[in-house]
Amino acid sequence: MLISCPHCGARDSQEFAYLGAADLQRPDGLEASLAAMTDYVYLRENPAGRLRELWYHRGGCGRWLVVTRDTRNHRIEAVEPARPKGTEAGA
Amino acid sequence: MTHHPFRTASGGFIDRSKPVRFRFDGRDYRGFEGDTLASALLAEGVRLVGRSFKYHRPRGILSAGPEEPNALVELRSGARREPNTRATVAELFEGLEATSQNRWPSLTFDLMSVNGLFAPGLVAGFYYKTFMWPSAFWEKLYEPLIRRAAGLGRAANAEDPDHYEKAFAFCDLLVIGSGPAGLAAALAAGRSGARVILCEQDFRLGGQLLAERREIDGRPATEWLAETIAELASLDTVRLMPRTTVFGLYDHGVFGAVERVSDHLPVPPPHQPRQRGWRIYAKRSVLAAGAIERPIVFAGNDKPGVMLASAVRSYVNRFGVLPGRKAVLFTAGDEAWSTAADLSAAGAEIVAIIDSRPDANPARADLARKLGARYLAGGAVTAARGWQQLDHITVREASGAETVLPCDLLAVSNGWNPALHLTSHQNGKPVWNEAAQAFVPGDVPPGMAVAGNAAGRWTLAEALVDGDRLSREAVADLGFTPAPAARMPAIEAEATGLLPVWRVKGGRGKAFVDFQNDVTDKDVEIAAREGFRSVEHLKRYTTLGMATDQGKTSNLSGLALMAEQTGQSIAATGTTRFRPPYTPVAIGALAGHHRGRDFRSTRLSPTHEWSRQAGAVFIESGAWLRAQYYPQPGENDWLTSVNREVLAVRKGVGLCDVSTLGKIDIQGRDAATFLERVYTNGWANLPVGKARYGLMLREDGFVFDDGTTSRLGENHFLMTTTTANAERVMQHLEFCHQVLWPELDLHMASVSDQWAQAAVAGPRSRETLARLVDAPHDISNAAFPYLAVREITVAGGIPARLFRLSFSGELAYELAVPARYGDAMMAALMEEGRDFGITPYGIEALGVLRIEKGHVAGNELNGQTTARDLGLGGLMSPRKDYIGRLMATRPALTEPNRPMLAGFKPVNKADRLRAGAHFLDLSSTATMENDLGFMTSVAFSPHLGHWIGLGLIRGGTSRIGERVRAHDPVRGGDFEVEICSPVFIDPEGVRLRG
Amino acid sequence: MRYSVFSLVSQALRGHQGWQPAWRNPEPKREYSVLIIGGGGHGLATAHYLASRYGITDVAVLEKGYLGSGNIGRNTTIIRSNYLLPGNTPFYELSMQLWEGLEKDLNYNAMVSQRGVLNLYHSDAQRDAYARRGNAMRLAGVDSELLDREGVRQMHPYFDYDNARFPIQGGLLQRRGGTARHDAVAWGYARAADQRGVDLIQHCEVTGITVENGRVTGVETTRGPIRAAKVAMVVAGSSSQVAAMAGLRLPIESHVLQAFVSEGLKPLIDGVVTFGAGHFYISQSDKGGLVFGGDIDGYNSYAQRGNLPVIEDVMEAGMGLWPGLGRIRMLRHWGGVMDMSMDGSPIIDTTPVEGLYLNAGWCYGGFKATPASGLCLAHLIATGAPHPVAAAYRLDRFATGHLIDEKGAGAQPNLH
Repeated sequence: MLISCPHCGARDSQEFAYLGAADLQRPDGLEASLAAMTDYVYLRENPAGRLRELWYHRGGCGRWLVVTRDTRNHRIEAVEPARPKGTEAGA
Repeated sequence: MTHHPFRTASGGFIDRSKPVRFRFDGRDYRGFEGDTLASALLAEGVRLVGRSFKYHRPRGILSAGPEEPNALVELRSGARREPNTRATVAELFEGLEATSQNRWPSLTFDLMSVNGLFAPGLVAGFYYKTFMWPSAFWEKLYEPLIRRAAGLGRAANAEDPDHYEKAFAFCDLLVIGSGPAGLAAALAAGRSGARVILCEQDFRLGGQLLAERREIDGRPATEWLAETIAELASLDTVRLMPRTTVFGLYDHGVFGAVERVSDHLPVPPPHQPRQRGWRIYAKRSVLAAGAIERPIVFAGNDKPGVMLASAVRSYVNRFGVLPGRKAVLFTAGDEAWSTAADLSAAGAEIVAIIDSRPDANPARADLARKLGARYLAGGAVTAARGWQQLDHITVREASGAETVLPCDLLAVSNGWNPALHLTSHQNGKPVWNEAAQAFVPGDVPPGMAVAGNAAGRWTLAEALVDGDRLSREAVADLGFTPAPAARMPAIEAEATGLLPVWRVKGGRGKAFVDFQNDVTDKDVEIAAREGFRSVEHLKRYTTLGMATDQGKTSNLSGLALMAEQTGQSIAATGTTRFRPPYTPVAIGALAGHHRGRDFRSTRLSPTHEWSRQAGAVFIESGAWLRAQYYPQPGENDWLTSVNREVLAVRKGVGLCDVSTLGKIDIQGRDAATFLERVYTNGWANLPVGKARYGLMLREDGFVFDDGTTSRLGENHFLMTTTTANAERVMQHLEFCHQVLWPELDLHMASVSDQWAQAAVAGPRSRETLARLVDAPHDISNAAFPYLAVREITVAGGIPARLFRLSFSGELAYELAVPARYGDAMMAALMEEGRDFGITPYGIEALGVLRIEKGHVAGNELNGQTTARDLGLGGLMSPRKDYIGRLMATRPALTEPNRPMLAGFKPVNKADRLRAGAHFLDLSSTATMENDLGFMTSVAFSPHLGHWIGLGLIRGGTSRIGERVRAHDPVRGGDFEVEICSPVFIDPEGVRLRG
Repeated sequence: MRYSVFSLVSQALRGHQGWQPAWRNPEPKREYSVLIIGGGGHGLATAHYLASRYGITDVAVLEKGYLGSGNIGRNTTIIRSNYLLPGNTPFYELSMQLWEGLEKDLNYNAMVSQRGVLNLYHSDAQRDAYARRGNAMRLAGVDSELLDREGVRQMHPYFDYDNARFPIQGGLLQRRGGTARHDAVAWGYARAADQRGVDLIQHCEVTGITVENGRVTGVETTRGPIRAAKVAMVVAGSSSQVAAMAGLRLPIESHVLQAFVSEGLKPLIDGVVTFGAGHFYISQSDKGGLVFGGDIDGYNSYAQRGNLPVIEDVMEAGMGLWPGLGRIRMLRHWGGVMDMSMDGSPIIDTTPVEGLYLNAGWCYGGFKATPASGLCLAHLIATGAPHPVAAAYRLDRFATGHLIDEKGAGAQPNLH
């Protein structure tokens, strides 16, 4: 499997570490509820199809990436940095 | 001139000037360079090559390629023995040694063939229905018998003496197969300037063209072949890889291939691997892998002397071998007719041509007449007979009359199956094509195109057109300017009529569907009768297609017979999925260099060389090799050395490498805020120039890692992690920053490898260090108290960082210098500490010191413990949010009765504690319900003179003074221990502040 | 028809013309007492035990493909009960006991072969972790032995002892562990359930779960609607997909695990061995093929196939353990879709939808659990209460924190 890292180019997936679903929102702060945090930590859509997921380019640029991939056939639709534009240092 | 009884007078791609000696079953034979083991055996008149799996029937050579189910041998001997090697693809080399397998005592006299007498009982699935009584007999009697009888060849039971490599290649177009379609594809892409790799499993390029007497442009096809290969070889961007099987297609155009670098040699040349495992990254691919001819199911179809028609042509035309002198051709189509002509031209007698198609075609009749052969249109071979090899066949003529024909060779052809396996590796389903009478590629993987026979397009002209066109399309797609379409050479028209015969009923004897697994037509019937009708059930119940040939010659016959049983079409019956590898791949080739000490890389600390010279004993510690202890002359066991090292630290000064700890440099305006969120404890108020112990949880509330983090500047922190978690913590922090809180202004970088770090511990550590630290830096207790951190210089200007940290509980420091000074730092510290008796210590003593001090480490941070379990609940700040805070409040994580950290000492001081022992109350029985916890870490404390331990026990330190059993049945231990404080040394912390 | 050596001989004398189908191929009825979604090992075992132990026979098993087409047909056939945690050990031990009596119970020889499961250790810390586990097994009444290096060498002299990157120091052995013939397990349960009247309905895909007022009332299928007051989801690999039909989200990700088989060889290795310095386990089937595997690929997948890096990793570990494997050829590799749960342990429980049961999250350990999983789910369906050995497999344990995390890997499925 090849992942086209926006910083490093197409690299074998073995350079990356995998974390799973990308669009989970961590309930931040002291007001967060245990129920919401339990959902965040444990429950997954786990779709058979399109999944936005987090990969970490540990053997490359050290960036977390959001890869949009079809879990049925591993085809990759898009790869983008997880860190939103405009939040890079100096921006 | 070497004489081989079945060698033709001339022709073929063998070098008759180069005889090659070889042995089979202990007898000496000769072949020529360019032979396979199979062709050389046939040339010498050897027909009986192996015994079948279940019934031990005599078997010969069916094919001339990797699909061979019968002619499997043990190749080579000793540690190089390779079981189940197909004689049909084993390249002959001087001194080759091969042995037949699965027979006892010998190939011609195999006592195991008595299995044939029991054959009526050994049908599909028989073992599921028997051997159930008495049940104790299964492992003791029945199964050992089955196991001994099963299997085929014997593996070498010694380490493989040969070496393997991994290699990586990248190309625009990968062409798989070097027959006419593959060569045309490679040529078109190569001419356009694209980077092309052409892989061919055979040792000679050319594919089926090598086996045929064909003409292209009115000249022998071999001339076209030579010219094409010469042009390809002249192109810089084309890489030709013979002896290379592309065995699998993986995601995104990654192909697995294995190159047999030295299998054609007696032993690999110096510095050459036996095989090379390739990962080929291809933007586009053309599959031109050809097709595999199908045999016909009839009684005795496994008799040596029954051979695929294409194999016959291959032996005759490519190898100059007559596989028989009195030949019959049994075909279901036009294409195999050339076999008769080729055999005849080579000097064989053609007894008869049996074409199962009922229409008596005048052109065919004419050809048969020319060859002097009987032409039996609409006939069928009902049985092949002979003892150990073919002697005669019985034929049912169209009229119904039975005829017996003596012959020593029966060439069979039932059409072809495209070698479409790679198209199926990504779950693509082959589809039945009525015109081709075969499964052809269905959904083709992205980037792949299929050409010629592999696509079910059977003619030479189609192969050339496909290869050229698909290749040009592929490279155009990649932005190359494709070469103009190749001029299509003139090729004689080919007849490809076919009416497959899935089985001939009525013969006496077994009719085989899967030769290697001894699956017969009857087995398919039983499977159907018992409801195992889906193709997967058929495969699994009968073992059809599960042998080393993966059903290349058997799957379709099996499906067709099942279709016949169920009254469905073959298309509706469907086919099983082809799994990689296309042909079996040596495990060594996929492992490459990774074996022995090179199984995994070994990380060495920047002080390694110094430790080695100091006589350290090293031990594997995760990826690292670390100094375990430093034995001195006269010390005969590790404990003596470790005790000495520990006492040296407690009484004088010791020196230990701690470079392997993870080190992360964190800088930015929000660095302190970030630490507040990833650690449980507070950081905002940490003064510059101070270090603090930090505890990190996973988001699920369990302890993740710990370490000290120092504030080097207002916005500059240096975090340390445990050695084991260095990489995972970095990944976690980057996740927290890039994904959770991208708004925080900070940068971080792993600096683990940039610094060499040493612990200098013991009452004389300050004096030792004072001699090395450059003058302006004051490290007195007042100027540099416990937990102080400073950037300094040592040894006359070398930049360094000094931390006053203590893992041992003694007055102690950690000194870090740039990694390149690692060995020098250790040597300098030893020099400066000599007057104080400085003693190097390894990770054993480090462990003893930390257990004596009650510090938790990897054994306690096992992923199942909470901060409270470890007595670190006080570090969980109630005033802020941090990773893991909320989940740590779940009921099960805050239950008061959870096992908590405590110390343990033996009641009988002579008892040796062992980690992994479980705790039980003195009065309770040894049951799971009474389990109180377990010992996590133990050490012999030379300071206390007995073993001590840390452990997790229900009640924890609230039970100090009580006695429990340390129950260790797997090591025969069960004795009383007393629960005590986990801090065995200096509980008030006077020493480390001194 | 009862299977025995006598039936085999008698059929052989009649040319095997008289064998009956192993199971019927019935049309689905409109309604059943219990519907089991999933005709894999666990679903078929559930049906068998519902019928044989609890007398509930008005049961249909709905299978979208052919019987046994899930992970029961694509695993490395290992059975063992060498677990650490009290939530697991008694359950797997019950499973082991059911394995030991399986051929009698089913009148089907699934070739349960107790040749031992040996976990190698390569460091003091690993030894102590295995001692902890071995002791926990003993406390739960399970057999375990801790071998030293020489003990391992006696059993397996051909491993790499002298030149290894991570030298073998010893191993934890469960002699009662071993292997079973995976397909035969499915067929044996199917045949036994069928004989007691359970309808096994193949090629019948569930497309919806009907819920009225918080109660399940049946399912929609490709062969029409079927009503039932009790519906069990036993579809490891697809649990999230099926549960979503009832509006449930699960603590599960689907991951691909690859497995491998070599060419058939004369006996080389007895029992099962796991390598402690890399993800690798190996045994030899009765047919002679070495069966081996390693770690999951590590990313969510429903594709039933994996990629080269993990394949190479497995082969490296194989060579690291046993350098004589070099010339043995890998014949076939394949992938199965695993229900990787968030703590590495399974779920057998009711759900927030009344009458809807969940059996899921088996990670890559589902095969050995087949008998106990079926029995415990049957118990839950029949009695309404969890079976005592499966009481920890609750769906709400993630909320309460009563996790069963053998490895201590945390809420990350690909680390379990």
